[in-house]
Amino acid sequence: MSIEAQHITKKFGQFTALEDVSLQIPSGELVALLGPSGSGKTTLLRIIAGLEFPDSGAVHFDGEDITHRKTRDRRVGFVFQHYALFRHMTVFENIAFGLRVRPRNARPSNERIRTKVHELLKLIQLQTLASRYPSQLSGGQRQRVALARALAVEPSVLLLDEPFGSLDAKVRLELRRWLRQLHDEVHITSVFVTHDQDEALEVSDRVAVMNEGRIEQVGTPDQVYHYPATPFVYNFLGNVNLFHGRTEEERTTIHEADTGELVYARPHLLEIHRQPNGDSHFRATIKHINSAGPLVKIEAEAEWGVSVRVEMSQEKFRDLQLVRNEAVFIVPKELKVFQKKVG
Amino acid sequence: MATADTINPGGIMRIRPATAATAESGLVRGALIGTALLFLVVFIFLPLGVVFAQALAKGLSTYWDSLRQPDALAAMRLTLIAAVIAVPLNLVFGVAAAWAIGKFEFVGKSLLITLIDLPFSVSPVVSGLIYVLLFGAQGWLGPWLMKHDLQIIFAVPGIVLATIFVTFPFVARELIPLFQAQGQEEEEAALALGASGWQTFFRVSLPNIKWGLLYGVILCNARAMGEFGAVSVVSGHIRGRTNTMPLHIEILYNEYQFVAAFAVASLLALLALTTLVVKSAVEWKSRRQVAKAARWDGEEQTV
Repeated sequence: MSIEAQHITKKFGQFTALEDVSLQIPSGELVALLGPSGSGKTTLLRIIAGLEFPDSGAVHFDGEDITHRKTRDRRVGFVFQHYALFRHMTVFENIAFGLRVRPRNARPSNERIRTKVHELLKLIQLQTLASRYPSQLSGGQRQRVALARALAVEPSVLLLDEPFGSLDAKVRLELRRWLRQLHDEVHITSVFVTHDQDEALEVSDRVAVMNEGRIEQVGTPDQVYHYPATPFVYNFLGNVNLFHGRTEEERTTIHEADTGELVYARPHLLEIHRQPNGDSHFRATIKHINSAGPLVKIEAEAEWGVSVRVEMSQEKFRDLQLVRNEAVFIVPKELKVFQKKVG
Repeated sequence: MATADTINPGGIMRIRPATAATAESGLVRGALIGTALLFLVVFIFLPLGVVFAQALAKGLSTYWDSLRQPDALAAMRLTLIAAVIAVPLNLVFGVAAAWAIGKFEFVGKSLLITLIDLPFSVSPVVSGLIYVLLFGAQGWLGPWLMKHDLQIIFAVPGIVLATIFVTFPFVARELIPLFQAQGQEEEEAALALGASGWQTFFRVSLPNIKWGLLYGVILCNARAMGEFGAVSVVSGHIRGRTNTMPLHIEILYNEYQFVAAFAVASLLALLALTTLVVKSAVEWKSRRQVAKAARWDGEEQTV
């Protein structure tokens, strides 16, 4: 089922959570709403779910206007950040809930419910824990039960609100790969909210980057990472160094003084040299070296005093033999230019 | 498991046994514990003992006879009637009000909370007087009630009304923090899964508060049966007709019928003791549920 949000505005008192937001999600796609907290991503998700209603604008499912339809009639599966499992019910009963509350004429038989729940338990690989209570499960297990519970009602749309937000890093990684696999099998239109750019880029077909109640850019992970539409997107997806610069004859150079032009450089696209090699460069002093990890992270101070982050491979670092307080030359390999906003 | 006392799975507070670092000297400990015990004995155990001792002072058969006095039986009946009406009404009202206050934001919410607390802050005698001023013969609604031959003050309806008013906050007060702490996510999950409002309430919200609810009902019932001040004002003390147990006890005592007075009083004391036992059982049961949940928390960290 395709989802379309049209010109949605939502205010909470004085705070504008969403301002004229439009988003199209084709059927079967897995879309990430990515943004910092307060960017309106969760509000947009809850409006799609029918847990909030927009002040203006409309939500369409498969072209049908469902803006004023209640949650229970939208056939959405919603997965909450803190799981929201029914704490007084076993895993089995949690998953069966959506089937048991159906009106009598639409309710499957107990036999049918049991088969269905066991299918789902198998899908989430928790067959042995059917009679446990949520408090007896780990965070990762709880979130998988929440997912199975949402899938039990065979929703036409799956909505996940920071699904892995309260899990530790390792579990989060495993679970998001598992979610991607699951989506490849089930192909249900899915929207998930996250503030973690790695998660968004790794799991989703498309990413909508949100900031201050607006969508900054929508595109494939590749597009938003390599061709960011706004400084915010560039800044939010990965580490970045910000400079003043000037572009003349398609050549961008970094300047010390404010030039009205903002120049961005990713840390791994800055090179450190001992000697100037003819390319555009600036002088800097090495201030800090962190070589634990796949990349060596170096903090240097440019000659005009700003701090610059550089990343390089371990091999390159070994070749260069850099030490603290050494004077070096930094050569930008790729710079991204945005005109400064007026005002 | 040397670390068992310091590890804290599930965030449940555990009381650690006193160590040399946190303990006071023997003298201080003895003095503190002694004071607490003395206080308990003088103010609680001694009076309780006296009630039963006085009630049984002239033997078991006299005790039994004084309980079977028609006036005593009538008082018991009236107390039960008042409780049977007041407790269910306040149960329904308390759950509804706590649900609204705990789960939703609306205009006038703090006013509603204040109103719920009103019976706690107003002296019971004053609340009784309010009913007399409203429904009494010289009250605002008095003439109208007289014309329609309805008697509220100095009759059973007045007693029931006063009881309801006084026991009004117990259930709601118990549930509001529970509802607030639980948030709305489980309800939202139920709605998204297709449950109706009633299904959500009965299958999700209510089971989550059942122990708190039971606790509130027990306290509400204890107060409903034991209330003196408010009921005393509206009752008129008509023997065998408008006397509840606490009022009956007072009359007997004022007439120097000590054995009879303490016999009825012993019933109220028994009610209090039963309430305490049930209350402890409920608390123990709900704590055990939480502890059981917490115990499992540390295990099964596999994904």
